[in-house]
Amino acid sequence: MRTTLPVIIAFISGLIMVVSFFLNPQTTFLGNTEEEVLQWASIIGGFTLLLGVVSIVRVNSKTVGQRKKGWLFNLATLISIFAMAIPSILPVTSQSNFGSIFYKVFPESWGSLFGTAPGSIYDWLFNYLDSPMMATMFAMLAFYIASAAYRAFRARNAEATLLLLTAVLVMLWRIPMGEAFLRLFGDNIPGYINTYIMNGANAAVQRGIVIGAALGAASMSLRIMLGIERTYMGKG
Amino acid sequence: MTLVEQLQIWLGAFLVLSLFSFLYKDNPFYKFAEHIFAGLSAGYYIGLIWQNVIIQQLIDPMFDQGRWWLVFPGLLGLLMFARFFPKWSWISRISLAFIMGNTAGVFLISQLHGIVLPQTVATMLSLDPRNGFGTVLLALIVVCGVISTLVYFYFSKEHKGILGGTAKVGIWFIMISFGAHFGYTVMARISLLIGQVRFLMFDWGGSIKQLF
Repeated sequence: MRTTLPVIIAFISGLIMVVSFFLNPQTTFLGNTEEEVLQWASIIGGFTLLLGVVSIVRVNSKTVGQRKKGWLFNLATLISIFAMAIPSILPVTSQSNFGSIFYKVFPESWGSLFGTAPGSIYDWLFNYLDSPMMATMFAMLAFYIASAAYRAFRARNAEATLLLLTAVLVMLWRIPMGEAFLRLFGDNIPGYINTYIMNGANAAVQRGIVIGAALGAASMSLRIMLGIERTYMGKG
Repeated sequence: MTLVEQLQIWLGAFLVLSLFSFLYKDNPFYKFAEHIFAGLSAGYYIGLIWQNVIIQQLIDPMFDQGRWWLVFPGLLGLLMFARFFPKWSWISRISLAFIMGNTAGVFLISQLHGIVLPQTVATMLSLDPRNGFGTVLLALIVVCGVISTLVYFYFSKEHKGILGGTAKVGIWFIMISFGAHFGYTVMARISLLIGQVRFLMFDWGGSIKQLF
């Protein structure tokens, strides 16, 4: 029961998608089963993401409740989660579902602050706090990537030299000054980098990796559907 | 500049500088900004899922379109929360199995039909010399690159003889591609850094100038 039922469900839900591809939904018994199943998966998938967020709240609440070391930082996390989440889930108008109950208590002019539309609290927090911090986090990687580049680009052997040469050429090619510098050696050099490195060797390797990964994903999918692969169920 | 705009810029600048302070060493300002960032990102997903999934795909169709049967995926979704109760955690496998099976079914077709076949077809390029030297050279690079990369990642047989030689060519191609990607990534990160430095210099700097 604990493992057989999930295996049967996985097989049926997968089979519907495979069969829908080969049979015309309009002329066969399938109808709009494919869209319906995809919507079901989307709904359950949404709940799984919520599960992750609830788990973060649980872990942080526990640290705050037990006043463990650094609990004030965890409190900051909790406050920011709720500051972003609560306004986003409140109804925007009295016409929306649950809105008629909510706006009996609160004035309807508050509606523009709720939801996720431009002008809402959610949008403000995203644009002025979350987005700049995200950009800063990635920008900081510029410093670490520079030290990583020093280690990776040392020309110790033929392969590392190839990596170094390509990276230097691409970095020069990506900036106007570098491109102007490359043109000193020949007007066609930036064009050659684009054609033979980016659209040639690089595209070929990406294609090879993508084909290999797709074959792996397809075989893993078959294993999951047939119940051979069950590690996603965990123990117990 | 209005007071609200000033507040936005100063708050943003404080958090950006707090995050950059990690470049010196780990400190409470960085930890504070990092925790705020983690919280806001988690809250962002709640808003996104609530509006795009729970409201648009579950509540609205159920109440407005009368699709009452959507209560079942809703219940299956709620079953995921059984994970928090060790005795009943196995129940969440039912929902998980639905997602895994569905994704497997979609992937089985999309990976083979949408990726493997089109990418293989796109690799079968013409080596006709009438197309010009440049085109033939590019086609040769692509064909050799794809085959040698696939051979390099083929681990079912020891890389010896022809297989070993082809895998060696594969490494060279892979190094060129990784170099190109590394160069691209470095430039993208530096571009973001320039953006953040510009924000501090011009937006925040302009705000300071206005205040004093």
